[in-house]
Amino acid sequence: MYPAAFEYHAPTSVKDALKLLAKLKDDAKLLAGGHSLVPMMKLRLAQPGHLIDLRKVKGLSGIKEEKAALVIGAMTTHWAIESSKAAKAKLPVLAEVAGIIGDPAVRNKGTLGGSVAHADPAADWPAAMLALGAEMVCEGPKGKRTVKADDWFVGLMTTAAKGNEILTAIRVPVWPAGSGAAYMKFPHPASRFAVVGVCAAVTLDKQGVCTRAGVAVTGAGTRAVRARGVEAALTGKKLDAAAIEAAAQKAADGVDVQADLQGSVEYKAHLCRVFARRAISEAVKRAGG
Amino acid sequence: MKLPVKMTINGQTHSHEVEPRLLLVHYIREVIGLTGTHVGCDTSQCGACTILLDGQAVKACTLFAVQADGARIMTIEGLAKNGELHPIQMGFWEKHGLQCGFCTPGMIMAAYQLLERYPKPSEEQIRHQLEGNLCRCTGYHNIVKAIQWAADNMPAKR
Repeated sequence: MYPAAFEYHAPTSVKDALKLLAKLKDDAKLLAGGHSLVPMMKLRLAQPGHLIDLRKVKGLSGIKEEKAALVIGAMTTHWAIESSKAAKAKLPVLAEVAGIIGDPAVRNKGTLGGSVAHADPAADWPAAMLALGAEMVCEGPKGKRTVKADDWFVGLMTTAAKGNEILTAIRVPVWPAGSGAAYMKFPHPASRFAVVGVCAAVTLDKQGVCTRAGVAVTGAGTRAVRARGVEAALTGKKLDAAAIEAAAQKAADGVDVQADLQGSVEYKAHLCRVFARRAISEAVKRAGG
Repeated sequence: MKLPVKMTINGQTHSHEVEPRLLLVHYIREVIGLTGTHVGCDTSQCGACTILLDGQAVKACTLFAVQADGARIMTIEGLAKNGELHPIQMGFWEKHGLQCGFCTPGMIMAAYQLLERYPKPSEEQIRHQLEGNLCRCTGYHNIVKAIQWAADNMPAKR
């Protein structure tokens, strides 16, 4: 399969990439790892006139440890996160999510920033970004701005990024001691995309009472969303099996569940509840509850 | 507009002018003439086109040749040295790790990375690491055995 012809640019700085973007506007697409965009171009679902490859842009890869956050460059690959000592020590759920995206070859090229900017409704990262409370750092002609994950995923493959901006980093807060997080998904057997995936994070106090919960669902609808009903049902409770089960029952509430080749609305809503229960149970276990 | 690309493939340097939309797998097969790298699904799922790019296994059907400008590539043709098969190739021979052979180059390149990252892999690790490589003949059992054989017969330091 051959994509439509395009012109290729490989700038070496964010500044130069922004200049190209300002000049070429909607006729240009930013290329990160290319593992969403290139398949779309091969199917001619996307036919950009210009590709701006970010692979030579300095400073977009790597994981920096801040006091209470990991700041992950947008061009950091899934494998780099899967194998990162910092991620495993501070936010092991990030390594867990990374390690079950696609397959090893996809993880070697695919990037966190690319996934988050592409906003595929069945991608794994959006659920983790929402559940953990991540922030997206964008650079544009007027400088930097930060967008909360809650405001980032606005619709099917649509984010809050403006056409003249580049997502340069993702800041993921490190949850305090007594916290645990887990990501569980039902993978499509060929693509490994999430038919439904749920990321859950909880903080427990010394009595085992949940003081904070973040739960988000991907795959089921047109975009990943927070399961706020589940979060509210978890917060303030001792999370025994019955409490978790009751909270998980709300996992599909507020999700615009879509029927597709993988299943009916009822089936996918059921998967939301099952995987919410599994993810929350594991998160509680990891939090020491 | 064609662009110049330069890369090292199996130790040999190649320079060409290519259209930006030329996929790396077509560059390797049709421009360089190394047809051991196969095109199976052409949708990044089957792994028949797996090669090593700067030491990492990638699907050559999902990269443009221009993205590999300056890279160091190894294909299945780069494994055997002086007519002697690599231990992974020997493993596939010894354990009957193939039937039709179409997926084999990709399987072997994926196994190469697998054994670099996990020199003594469990069966579960092998199966998880091969998720990106599909075989329609063997049912995978002998592929797993072939990689276990290779792990046991790999020289300590390559």
